[in-house]
Amino acid sequence: MTAMPLAHCDVLIVGAGRAGMAAAVAAAPSGASIVVIDDNPAPGGQIWRDGPGAALPPAARKWREALAHHANIRVCSGTRVVAAPSHDELLLEDAVRGWRMQWKKLILCTGARELLLPFPGWTLPGVTGAGGLQALIKAGLPVRGERIVVAGSGPLLLAAAATARAAGAKVVRIAEQASLAAVAGFAASLVRWPGKAVQALTLADAQYRTSSRIVSVQGDGRVESVRLRQGGRDMEIRCDRVACGFGLTPNTQLGQMLCCALASADTGAQALAVDAWQRTSLPGIYAAGECTGFGGSERALAQGTIAGHAAVGNERGARQHERERAHWNAFAAQLHRSFTLAPGLRQMPKPDTLVCRCEDVPLSALAGCSGWTDAKLHRRCGMGACQGRVCGDAAQFLFGWAPPAPRPPLSPARIATLAGLAAPLNDVDRQ
Amino acid sequence: MSVTTLLHIDGRPVRVKAGSSVAAALHVNGGMGVARTSVTGEPRAPFCGMGVCQECRVRVDGRRMLACQTVCAEGMQVETSA
Ligand SMILES: Cc1cc2nc3c(=O)[nH]c(=O)nc-3n(C[C@H](O)[C@H](O)[C@H](O)COP(=O)(O)OP(=O)(O)OC[C@H]3O[C@@H](n4cnc5c(N)ncnc54)[C@H](O)[C@@H]3O)c2cc1C
Ligand code: FES
Repeated sequence: MTAMPLAHCDVLIVGAGRAGMAAAVAAAPSGASIVVIDDNPAPGGQIWRDGPGAALPPAARKWREALAHHANIRVCSGTRVVAAPSHDELLLEDAVRGWRMQWKKLILCTGARELLLPFPGWTLPGVTGAGGLQALIKAGLPVRGERIVVAGSGPLLLAAAATARAAGAKVVRIAEQASLAAVAGFAASLVRWPGKAVQALTLADAQYRTSSRIVSVQGDGRVESVRLRQGGRDMEIRCDRVACGFGLTPNTQLGQMLCCALASADTGAQALAVDAWQRTSLPGIYAAGECTGFGGSERALAQGTIAGHAAVGNERGARQHERERAHWNAFAAQLHRSFTLAPGLRQMPKPDTLVCRCEDVPLSALAGCSGWTDAKLHRRCGMGACQGRVCGDAAQFLFGWAPPAPRPPLSPARIATLAGLAAPLNDVDRQ
Repeated sequence: MSVTTLLHIDGRPVRVKAGSSVAAALHVNGGMGVARTSVTGEPRAPFCGMGVCQECRVRVDGRRMLACQTVCAEGMQVETSA
């Protein structure tokens, strides 16, 4: 058996989104050896994605340069966490190799994923997440000339529509499930966050409708039309693509696998519990950004900065960002109040609608189940490649089932990497 | 750096803008960019766009990869039905 490399660092940061980048840059002046890993091809997280369809803003470039400027920060892109072989070590994998990384401080900045809810036709090619479509376009997906309907809830719908339009698509409808009163209340509250108000104005759209939701998507092998319900009225719109998103869910899997405590975020979704220093319940492990609750990129930046300072013992540095964090925490709370999901969305899936897209498990098969474990053991729900990241969130919304506890491997991994768990270790230099 | 990248999807040559993801290339290759079929044989295409749903998994030069998180490289051999 070949030996598995074992590397060491002082501070290991998982996730190179806004929180992770900020944490690395805040921790760097201490001289600590810092490694940032991320499964995407380049740092930037969900917002600052690179690619032929992305116009990377100057701020993103500035953060990337800041990462590159510090000789003690090493960024490993295209790298994911597979398992935690011991309490201060993670098993990592990139496209070519697997290795173990030992850390003294760990900062989890794993972000959030979209909440994707089932409706008839949601498995048809051409249906994507709303933020998902945005990500695909930035990475070069050509949508010029396509008719696109965006549906679901939250400001991300407008951002996704703007990205699609800039790429030459025709956005024929944006269907927001929240009421006009809720959305107007949100818009009015933005006086407290002027930057957000400007952003909202630039995203305003004539096709935007409130109290509006998806009934079904039709098509033969691909999207051909979508049926929407607006108020009490149904309508059918012909389109080539449907992008849907119902808000965000914190990525807590890695934290849970390490046994960090969870707390209920404002949305009711579970998030990693942190204290004023962004410390989790476990010694030496910090968390920042959307894995501690969805709340926008400015909040992620403030939290990441505090976590970075705190992890290297710079309490003064951390304290300087407390007000900024509080300001954006209040914004997050407002966001959650305004875009609460209507209970009626639970009626979207029909008995034959697939809830688990990996194992093709329909709603009717889950109706009699007593909970997540029952559904998993007897219906194979959540047993597929996504390990319940999509259907687990959906089942939580539909039935109130507690989400599945993650098991290693955290993401599908190569046999050679997993074999490394049992292989002898080959200690390599500090990173 | 060249402005386009040439790769092969199921043996067919496909030219994309440099820096495109394999998920984008699947779409350029035709249709809605189907990556695989589900356990009951339905066509599936990239869905979450961000490495969560695993619906875009393909084989790239013999290795199983996520199309949405893999950048196209010159001469890459992509197989769907992974
Ligand atoms: C699809 C999507 C699109 C969005 N678009 C916008 C937008 O246009 N405007 C806006 O204001 N906000 C947007 N948001 C919200 C945005 O995510 C946050 O405001 C901000 O990016 C949060 O920063 P973060 O550092 O907490 O997380 P993220 O930016 O999500 O960064 C987390 C990073 O960690 C990586 N990661 C997670 N787990 C692992 C693991 N186990 N191993 C390796 N890497 C891992 C992820 O791939 C990601 O790159 C979007 C969110 C999503 C989900
Ligand atoms: S599209 Fe979901 S993992 Fe790639």
